[in-house]
Amino acid sequence: MPLQVSGEVLSIKRVGAYQSLTVIAPGIPELTRPGHFLAVQVGGPESSMLLRRAFAIYAVKDRGVYGGTVEFVFAVHGKGTAWLSARRPQDKLDVVGPLGKPFRLPKAAVNVALVGGGYGSAPLLPLATALRERGCRVDVVLGAGSADRLFGRLEAKRIGSSIVVTTDDGSTGQRGRVSDVLPAVLEKNATDVVYACGPMAMLKAVAEQCAERGIPCQVAVEESMACGIGVCMTCVLPVVGSDGLTRMVRSCVEGPVFLGDRVRWDEVGTVPADAVGAPGGPR
Amino acid sequence: MSVDVTTVLAGTSFPNPVFTASGCAAAGQELHQFFDVAGLGGVVTKSIMLNARSGRATPRMAETPSGMLNSIGLQGPGIEHFLDHDLPWLAERGARAVVSIAGGSVEDYALLASQLRGRPGVAMVEVNISCPNVEDRGQVFACDAKASSGVVNAVRKNTDAGIPVFAKLSPDVTDIVGIARSCVDAGADGLSMINTLLGMVIDTTTMRPALAGITGGLSGPAIRPVAVRCVWQVHQALPEVPILGMGGIRTGLDALEFLLAGASAVSIGTVVFGDPTAPVRILDELTRALEERGIERLRDVVGLAHRPPRTVVPEEPDPVGDDLPAAVVLDEPARAEVPS
Repeated sequence: MPLQVSGEVLSIKRVGAYQSLTVIAPGIPELTRPGHFLAVQVGGPESSMLLRRAFAIYAVKDRGVYGGTVEFVFAVHGKGTAWLSARRPQDKLDVVGPLGKPFRLPKAAVNVALVGGGYGSAPLLPLATALRERGCRVDVVLGAGSADRLFGRLEAKRIGSSIVVTTDDGSTGQRGRVSDVLPAVLEKNATDVVYACGPMAMLKAVAEQCAERGIPCQVAVEESMACGIGVCMTCVLPVVGSDGLTRMVRSCVEGPVFLGDRVRWDEVGTVPADAVGAPGGPR
Repeated sequence: MSVDVTTVLAGTSFPNPVFTASGCAAAGQELHQFFDVAGLGGVVTKSIMLNARSGRATPRMAETPSGMLNSIGLQGPGIEHFLDHDLPWLAERGARAVVSIAGGSVEDYALLASQLRGRPGVAMVEVNISCPNVEDRGQVFACDAKASSGVVNAVRKNTDAGIPVFAKLSPDVTDIVGIARSCVDAGADGLSMINTLLGMVIDTTTMRPALAGITGGLSGPAIRPVAVRCVWQVHQALPEVPILGMGGIRTGLDALEFLLAGASAVSIGTVVFGDPTAPVRILDELTRALEERGIERLRDVVGLAHRPPRTVVPEEPDPVGDDLPAAVVLDEPARAEVPS
């Protein structure tokens, strides 16, 4: 059950190429699980930007001097995120959350690999903590375009059993993509389950590598959204259901976490001809 | 002072004038997480079609100044699912469902209307005639008076007598009053206005249209003056026809503007995407605005802006301004401004 909270910025800090913003939002932390996201109003009450911006929740604190706080990480992409990056402590910030379906955790103490691209690592770090608490082995793979676009490297190193880093430009770690190193990580650690969050192309590569090895994999997707609460129908992608039928499902309510082998990766952005309700498709 | 905010649309009473807008509230369940949808005047559902429909490819949305473009393509599970799941859910909670229906042919609309007959929870039917008419080479029903009246007539004939049928009009027409009149002559008990305006955004990075569907419907506060104008013109021409007004309502005062133009109730659409509790806030703000103006019954403000202008005699000369004539006419006679 999400809440709409008129919150207040507690802090905002620069982390490499990103910004990390903590908002006082009582009630939300208690409900949040790793993989949930937050929809944030931008531009103030008279804003010409009507639509919320969605961000994966990074860290929550359910008590403390300020009451509940929620932290999320973002990159400045456009006017909305530019406005967010100019927030200062005590500024008002209207947030809705927690939203979406979180990561599902394994019941047993299994070997887990977490794969994060860019600031997609943000929701994986609290997940790592939750998995460690269950006695799981947690191996982390982080990748980004360049060193300043890695998020949470030190924290991952502290929580994880091992960490491998890749950058496209080789400015740190191994030059290349996470998919270049993931097979070796999976093999070496006898990985049972994979969790991933990052750009769609990365998720597709990770999901395919897992599928080849029969390793279950959960991915948190990032689709463009207008509402985040399931009413606008803009954030859909083709996903195969347990009945074998493909449907255009909302990544905000049915996701953002999906089983990697259920997403029709090659058809994201399209409506597959065999999707339920497609012209000439099944009804 | 407490304000009587009840309103009547074609003989059906509603506890207040704030409704959701079709396509902006699904069938109420998502918003019910934030507030009790039974507290709304009505829940206008996303347009229901006969069969499941996948909608268009993504991107389906582009944010624009004070608005957005959407190109969803009427994605939905079809009427069977609606009747089995969504409508009973609304009825159980005591919500008043305004069921929006959409189709590609007159036959589709007739079938949809007949399937809603006798169903508990249906308070009203809203006919979304802004769909391409498959029988007429994709021409949108709402842009043609004859096509609109065919659909409205079929829906009215197949709907229970006590249930109002409202036709939802598109602003993308030369003469909205002409279309309104055709719909009313064909049996519409009232009019919902307005639907989105057709628009387009080009992404200057990819140098391609931003939407997969190329064009989309523009909504949000950007279109509000267009919507108020449409409500004004139609109310002026057809003062007895009830109007459900919509188009970029963000505050209680925006809602009041629609009532003053001639709407008996309002739908809250795009603003809900950014502010899920907006309908509750807007009802509060509207009630307060009426209270502040000393208005006891909401129904008394419907169309009030059409009254002749008042002549105001200033009590004292303006201490700093120029000499004023004894009587100042605040505005021109409204009827002379708008050709009907």
